[in-house]
Amino acid sequence: MKISKFNIVLLGLALVAPFAFYPVLLMKVLCFALFACAFNLLLGFVGLLSFGHAVFLGTGGYVTGYLMMNTGLTPELGILAGTIASGLLGAVYGKLSVKREGIYFAMVTLALAQLMFFVFLQAPFTGGEDGLQGIPRGHLFGFIDLSDNLNMYYFVLAIFLFGFWLINRTVHSPFGQILKAIRDNEPRATSLGYNVNDYKWAAFVISAALAGLAGSTKTLVFQLASLTDVHWHMSGEVVLMTLLGGMGTIFGPVVGAAVVVGIQNFLSGGELGNYVHIIMGLIFIVCVLAFRSGIVGEIQKIVKRNFG
Amino acid sequence: MATFLGINLFGLFGQLLVGLINGSFYALLSLGLAIIFGLLKIINFAQGAIYMLGAFGAYLALQYLGIGYWAALIVVPLVVGLLGILMERFLIRPIANEDHLYSLLLTFGVALVLQGLFTHMFGSSGLSYAIPDALKGGTKLPFMYLPNYRAWIIIASLIVCVGTWWMIEKTKLGAYLRAGTENPALMQAFGINVPLMVTLTFGFGVALAGFAGVMAAPVYSVSPDMGSNILIVVFAIVVIGGMGSIGGAIITGLGMGIVEGLTKYFYPEASNTVIFLVMVVVLLIKPAGLFGKEA
Repeated sequence: MKISKFNIVLLGLALVAPFAFYPVLLMKVLCFALFACAFNLLLGFVGLLSFGHAVFLGTGGYVTGYLMMNTGLTPELGILAGTIASGLLGAVYGKLSVKREGIYFAMVTLALAQLMFFVFLQAPFTGGEDGLQGIPRGHLFGFIDLSDNLNMYYFVLAIFLFGFWLINRTVHSPFGQILKAIRDNEPRATSLGYNVNDYKWAAFVISAALAGLAGSTKTLVFQLASLTDVHWHMSGEVVLMTLLGGMGTIFGPVVGAAVVVGIQNFLSGGELGNYVHIIMGLIFIVCVLAFRSGIVGEIQKIVKRNFG
Repeated sequence: MATFLGINLFGLFGQLLVGLINGSFYALLSLGLAIIFGLLKIINFAQGAIYMLGAFGAYLALQYLGIGYWAALIVVPLVVGLLGILMERFLIRPIANEDHLYSLLLTFGVALVLQGLFTHMFGSSGLSYAIPDALKGGTKLPFMYLPNYRAWIIIASLIVCVGTWWMIEKTKLGAYLRAGTENPALMQAFGINVPLMVTLTFGFGVALAGFAGVMAAPVYSVSPDMGSNILIVVFAIVVIGGMGSIGGAIITGLGMGIVEGLTKYFYPEASNTVIFLVMVVVLLIKPAGLFGKEA
């Protein structure tokens, strides 16, 4: 990523943001932004619509939560374990799902995610309907107390920046170029000698692991791992964030996550709380009908038209 | 107690019956999905929500309009089918030329709105709908007790499924439909109004889900999330069967219901997951699905 003035300003804003906004809300935005960026790596850059990405968010969360509660692991190791667990699950699920394309891919990923939903519902160590509650945040590297929200915020920001950088790096690498070639013309990529399914699988694993990283981090922030994170609603939400922000753009999922989390936060406080799903559904419909490039995509179009 | 090789036959047949009932609904829903997919090449994510709409339609018709079960069985699918026609005409057709993933997302949005709307109006706890008088009671067979309404579900859904299969595979109308699936442009050149056919087909596929919803109202609890729960299972069934054939959708639906019922008897812990596990096995052995045509 080129270090432009724009990026430095953004970073500066992120560093001072917890003094202006409630840090827990900001951390929620960052976790979902990372989740959406991971998802966008598949949808935006490989053209694969996974409708079960919540399973990786939730698996990371459950594994991290379980380890933090039952072993004396430090938070960074707990998060690492959650990320690896999601990556491994992604390796298995990716192997199964990249065999099918398009709409089938969406249905396969959704069904596979539902399989894990029932596993988490019934397994003895996940707390069933209640989930895992009261997960300790612990001390980062053994000496930085994360129960302090400000410390936690900077830790989450560092994780987000790492994930964001990794995705950016992937997209702009030769590997990422091949992914885009597959997205744009799969038969051509095949005829050029690339084993398309292997590339899709690798992208799937990276995406799953980063979604797990987001889930593990989110679990530490809220000290909670629950079925909500594995539910298909969550899979739908991440699609919405990416679509609304602009799929296939670098910043789109971040903007989309911020807007969706912002709307939910706003609605849940007021009388409109019951309407959250209806409003999310309406945004979906409007986005698909009239607004397919998303917020960042539309801005890019305007910039290109006027300054390009 | 009738037992055979240590198996409790009453329990086994009971679960088989439950499996057949579930399978009937799987068959109706995946049949609707397959018909819509054939012509429009899209998966209707709202199919589950429309099934829910059918069940609520029956409930509301009885509560507020005094329309009984038998009339609802005709009226509700018609109304729901009409809604489907409007949905195709005003939401799906404008983006028909875009990537099909967009129409999937669009129908997902519709599903969210419908489910949210009904959760808002009726809460998430289920409502109950009485079994019609004519089908109350049951028949005592030598090995099990068969409630009449459950027998009716299996018979009625079989009739509708086989009738639909016959209409599509054996009649002239069905021939148009299949030809439209193969080559819509050529059909249009022959003077067939393809857009109208597409709209009506979508309406019919949706009406099947509405019909399933009315059928389901007396046996399952009528609740806003009844559709999304069943739809994900139906998606797995569609992957197992493949979208290749109408008959395949029906057979896979019923078959998976039976598999689920057997699992409930022999290893209840896995009854929620067994269909997904079958899907995994099918993906490993025959990725195109049991009846799938594409490579």
